Amino acid sequence: MTERTPDLASEGADPRRAGAAVTTAQAHAWFVREVLPLEAMLTRYLKKNWHNASEIEDFRQDIYERALEAAEQAIPERTRAFVFSTARNLLIDRLRKESVVPIEAVAELESLDIAADEPGPDRSTFARDLLRRLQAALDQLPPRCREAVVLKRIEGLSQREIAGRMGISEQAVANHVARGMCVLADVVYGEPDARRGA
Amino acid sequence: MSSSGLHMPDASRVQKLNAEAAAWLARANAGSWTTEDQSQLEAWLAQSRAHRVAYWRLEAAWSEAARLAALRHPPVEGVRRFPAILIRAAAVAGIAAMLGAVGANYLLTPRTNTYSTGIGGHETLKLSDGSRIELNTNTKVRLAKVDGTRQVWLDRGEAYFQIKHDPAHPFVVIAGARKITDLGTKFLVRDDRKTIEVALLQGRVRFDNGNKTGPLKTVALKPGDVIMASADSVSVTTQPIKKLENELSWREGLLVFNYTTLADAAAEFNRYNAKKIVVADPDAARLTIIGEFPVNGVDLFGRVATRILGVRVEDRNNEIVISR
Repeated sequence: MTERTPDLASEGADPRRAGAAVTTAQAHAWFVREVLPLEAMLTRYLKKNWHNASEIEDFRQDIYERALEAAEQAIPERTRAFVFSTARNLLIDRLRKESVVPIEAVAELESLDIAADEPGPDRSTFARDLLRRLQAALDQLPPRCREAVVLKRIEGLSQREIAGRMGISEQAVANHVARGMCVLADVVYGEPDARRGA
Repeated sequence: MSSSGLHMPDASRVQKLNAEAAAWLARANAGSWTTEDQSQLEAWLAQSRAHRVAYWRLEAAWSEAARLAALRHPPVEGVRRFPAILIRAAAVAGIAAMLGAVGANYLLTPRTNTYSTGIGGHETLKLSDGSRIELNTNTKVRLAKVDGTRQVWLDRGEAYFQIKHDPAHPFVVIAGARKITDLGTKFLVRDDRKTIEVALLQGRVRFDNGNKTGPLKTVALKPGDVIMASADSVSVTTQPIKKLENELSWREGLLVFNYTTLADAAAEFNRYNAKKIVVADPDAARLTIIGEFPVNGVDLFGRVATRILGVRVEDRNNEIVISR
């Protein structure tokens, strides 16, 4: 099995704006190292402050896109504060667009002290807890999907070997693995039981 | 390529986006990836921030999941040895522990108070002078004031000392033949019957290697220093304070493993639980593990070992037997 980590900056496909000082590779590294570990806290924040749970994932994605847009100009110095003020601004925008806006809701949101009371997820805490999160992620996969992920990621078998062993097509293996990747990301970065019962 | 492999008519925008990104990532990991595939992926990524964010997130999680694979094979020698030292050192951290080895050769004192914890126990002693002694599992200490000296015998186990320094009333921990003298400090002492280990987290202590002679007869420790003394050897290493703090995770009821062998992890669990983990074969014993467990999480540990390490775990009456 070969693995690649596409490095856009060195491959000439760099979508950064002309004159921007931040390369895509730098923005990528920042996003993975500093933004993703905030995901659990960010999700909790959104849930606490937004009434419709089905929109949370979309908000998270929007916040990431906005954060990346800014980082392409200049990498924020204080990522956590930056990400949470982005989140708050987005919620305020959305509240103002709602047809019936409880005015107190906006005021309340604006006065929020951004997750200031929560201890920050530092990188080492995150890393230490990772095994448990990965374990939780595996537990939440449907059996066939789990089998494909384990054979792929832990046993390191090729797509063809996995297909042979599971008695399904290579495309079916790829579908199982793809679904597993989505759950892994939700559990590794989000809340360990975010998917439970879903 | 599109997300046609997954039909999700009711999916949200993000679910569709993730499905599409995951399809790319799964394909990039399938083993038949060409330069042309690569440039197609790059073109897709360049199309929007939404694509990049979704793909990077899945890719990062997938690459973290490689840790699951790393657990299956003993890491290279160089990687394994350092943490092995660390675990023993850190776990043992207290200099005072070194003192505890065998009965008190030092002084027989008039009035002593004895405190102990059973297996799985954890107790904090608050002394009237503001000092604190935290006893880990299966630990016994005796306290006395002898000629103005505050004296503690660590008869067995492990204790963490946070001492209010007082030059007029020195604080001394005795573990077996060894003596640790506090000079204003936080330190850990552990006596596992073969080795006494002392780790200094803050301040200064002096370690006295009992009736031994040689260059390490007495050692002044600085923060981060870890001493290990056995019947025939003494060594001092320096560790990052952060790592030593990890070794104090028992104060929060946790065991933290970092490339720890299954054998060492089992030994750690066994200090805290009546239900023992037996690693029945040497191949399994050499597998390594990273992670954080409750000190009483023997069953959880068994489940994780089955799943992650692929070992066989047999749950007998009062023990868990691990084999390949």
